[in-house]
Amino acid sequence: MSAQPILEVEGLQATIAGQQVVEDVSFSVPSTGITAVLGRNGVGKTSTLRAILGLIQRTGSVTLAGDRIDGLATHRIVQRGIGYVPEDREVFSKLTVAENLALAERQKNPRREFVDALFPDLVKRRQQAAGTLSGGQQQMVSLARALINDNRLLMVDEPTKGLAPRIVGEVAEALAEASATVPILLVEQNLEVVRRLAADAIVLDGGRVVHTGDANAILDDDALVHRLLGVGTAETGASA
Amino acid sequence: MSTLILILITGVGLGALYFLVASGLSLIYGLMHVLNFAHGAFLTFGAFLGFEIARRIGSDTWWAFAASVVIGGVVGALFATLTELALIRPLYERHIEQVLVTVGLALAAVALFEGIWGSDPIYISAPAWMNETTSVFGAQVPNTYWVLMAAATALLISLVVFLRFTRFGMIIRAGVENRKMVTALGIDVRKAFTLVFAIGGSAAGVGGVLASHYTGYVSAHLGSTLLIFAFIVTVIGGLGSLTGAAIASVLVAVLQQFANYYLGGTGDLIVVVALAAVLLVRPAGLLGRTA
Repeated sequence: MSAQPILEVEGLQATIAGQQVVEDVSFSVPSTGITAVLGRNGVGKTSTLRAILGLIQRTGSVTLAGDRIDGLATHRIVQRGIGYVPEDREVFSKLTVAENLALAERQKNPRREFVDALFPDLVKRRQQAAGTLSGGQQQMVSLARALINDNRLLMVDEPTKGLAPRIVGEVAEALAEASATVPILLVEQNLEVVRRLAADAIVLDGGRVVHTGDANAILDDDALVHRLLGVGTAETGASA
Repeated sequence: MSTLILILITGVGLGALYFLVASGLSLIYGLMHVLNFAHGAFLTFGAFLGFEIARRIGSDTWWAFAASVVIGGVVGALFATLTELALIRPLYERHIEQVLVTVGLALAAVALFEGIWGSDPIYISAPAWMNETTSVFGAQVPNTYWVLMAAATALLISLVVFLRFTRFGMIIRAGVENRKMVTALGIDVRKAFTLVFAIGGSAAGVGGVLASHYTGYVSAHLGSTLLIFAFIVTVIGGLGSLTGAAIASVLVAVLQQFANYYLGGTGDLIVVVALAAVLLVRPAGLLGRTA
């Protein structure tokens, strides 16, 4: 991994309704490229992202570009330069596409042209209520909300979940393009997408980091994939 | 015919008053999931200070009336803002404690008002026109009802414009849907909480002044009585739905007036029966989420 990480997580623990969902997670995210967070269902991938943002109760140290952010409220953490694309999109269904994007704008000169070029389908649907969009279009809105600002890091949670194969390709393409300008911490179950996009990978199991390393090296190791991700092979299209 | 018209307009006028109180309750619940039992206290305090200012200026002039309405709105907003900052915010995400603290504040406020203004109703005076009636197809409609309807209509239009066309309005609409996601976009949703309390408190304060003209007096229990019906219309309309609250306010008040006249003064009972029926048949209310 890079010598100058953008995000460093040390001894992160998190609870939801008294239940410990992140046991003791430590890892770092390099300042370029895409780092995948892998693991079976329920091992704490989503909770780890939510804990970094302070959306759930947590302890431990989180450092963004050298500054501790674990004592800050969620909105302050985001203002420091983290864009978040949650699992299940979480667009504001009664607000229009334009309103969803306007709400996300934090800087004086938001990157509207960049987002419009990346998601041309959204341009003609600006006045449409986000709740009436297809799953793929909602995912684009969710991604666009994160990309409209100049962030230091994007945290993207299962962006291809439940999408048709063609849309999965479009979303992966958008992430690849975005990663040229901002590092991304990506939770993803689709191993084909991980293989295509991620340089590094962090594998979680039981709320702990059990493996880190080169993403393709991990996916090429059938025994490791079977043991840690519960998948028979790392063939194209396999999902963890 | 004239009786029907009078009952109908009386119902709409009372519904307007309910909406002035219920709009704040609905906004506060929609965004913060707090059932604010102190809302009646905002109303009563607005009514008392409105009465005090009108008394000093000259109760039966339009200037005094206008000043009392403005003071009622400002006082309601300030009281509500302080409540949110001092009592609600420290209990963020602890909804049961937040409800309990508003109940406590409501009880303490009534005791305080009784200590200052006594427990007997204080009868107020108004501009001469408000004590007169206007003939509508033979029905003599008290002019106070027109003022109530105008105030509620102005409030509804203002709120719709505010929610639809301002950034804070957008934040509130988004927060009603998914508050955590609003914070995850880097927005301090607590500012919206304070603003919603201030808006709700202001509407209640204005409602307090107008309620005192509707009843003809101001008392320490003015808010408590109205709050019960405001809660009922908020639930019937659908918790968190402003439009639902507006529709339910008119429906409930009209139903109440008709029952009072034709069913031997059973208006309050009929309203409670209507609430039970709505909760059984349509638990989410007319336009809202599950109660």
